[in-house]
Amino acid sequence: MVEFALPKHAQVQPGKTHAAPEGAKRLKEFRIYRWNPDDGRNPQLDVFQVDLDDCAPMVLDALIKLKNEVDPSLTFRRSCREGVCGSCAMNIDGTNTLACTKAIEEVEGPVKVYPLPHMAVVKDLVPDMRHFYAQYASIEPWLKVESSPPSRERLQSKAERDKIDGLYECILCACCSTSCPSYWWNSDRYLGPAILLQAYRWLVDSRDEATGERLDQLEDPFRLYRCHTIMNCAKTCPKGLNPAKAIAEIKQMMLARQG
Amino acid sequence: MTMRSALGRVRGLGSAHAGTHHWWMQRVSALALIPCTVVLVVVLARLGAGQHADVLTAFRMPWLAVTAMVAVFALFWHLKLGLQVVIEDYVHGRAAELGLQLFNTAFCVVLGLACELALLKLAL
Repeated sequence: MVEFALPKHAQVQPGKTHAAPEGAKRLKEFRIYRWNPDDGRNPQLDVFQVDLDDCAPMVLDALIKLKNEVDPSLTFRRSCREGVCGSCAMNIDGTNTLACTKAIEEVEGPVKVYPLPHMAVVKDLVPDMRHFYAQYASIEPWLKVESSPPSRERLQSKAERDKIDGLYECILCACCSTSCPSYWWNSDRYLGPAILLQAYRWLVDSRDEATGERLDQLEDPFRLYRCHTIMNCAKTCPKGLNPAKAIAEIKQMMLARQG
Repeated sequence: MTMRSALGRVRGLGSAHAGTHHWWMQRVSALALIPCTVVLVVVLARLGAGQHADVLTAFRMPWLAVTAMVAVFALFWHLKLGLQVVIEDYVHGRAAELGLQLFNTAFCVVLGLACELALLKLAL
């Protein structure tokens, strides 16, 4: 059965409270999920105080500052710090988003920071993405062509190119998939919104010649049809994309090729 | 613990190449229920204050009998399809899932047929 409560060893307990920096006037409290695979203890919620007058504006800036100045063991992924790489996806203030594009000021009260929901945790804010990436690999996200290659670029009309707008921008941060209850309960078989949006990106690419095969692979009660249009994906996407719409389009394609 | 690769696990038993019909029939049955429900609610509201004989007269009219029978068919079909999805979503043990799926089908078929029989007895 689906588990609605965390198992005992995963229940979050109160953690360390770090003292506020001296002389700070504008303090913001951060409550950050900590879990270390090596100490055998339950996850903890550590409390930090950040001086907003001495910190850049985004949540990621605060995390980096805390790691540099307060607790170097605080573990998280980050790279581009401008919403392009998708590394710093985490659950901030109850919503999956990118720490680098989430302003601290947008959060009322303490800033609660957790790893992406319902993923196995590697350490602190770092989730295990192997299954998610394997799902991405399973849709074979590359151009498949049998016609002999043209002597120059593969051309698209402007209208054809427009069809992948709103799709190619996806950075595979997994905010959407890990916000989806259907993905929580059935991620072993359901591909989830991010991967299905990526699948649709290849389905509507006018240069691709494997549309039918791609649909064959997706047509499955679990891989595709676990989407129940809950819409958390569209609500949470930090890039403002709409995976639910892409999934609906895939279903329409499935219908269109039936007798 | 498994030594199988992540991609191997994701590919699993492969695609079932099915699901579209189920998904579409859920929509079709929902669509059919809209007009049927409106008609039945209006008829039942008007019969609300009437006598048993009025109900018998109403449900002997062929158009109403057929509408009611279509509504019952669409309702239990929709119920069966919907509950099937709920069970697939939440019940993960193979034996428990199979048992519930069989019970769901039996429950909807038996209850649906009982309703149809009742309507036939009213109409004929």
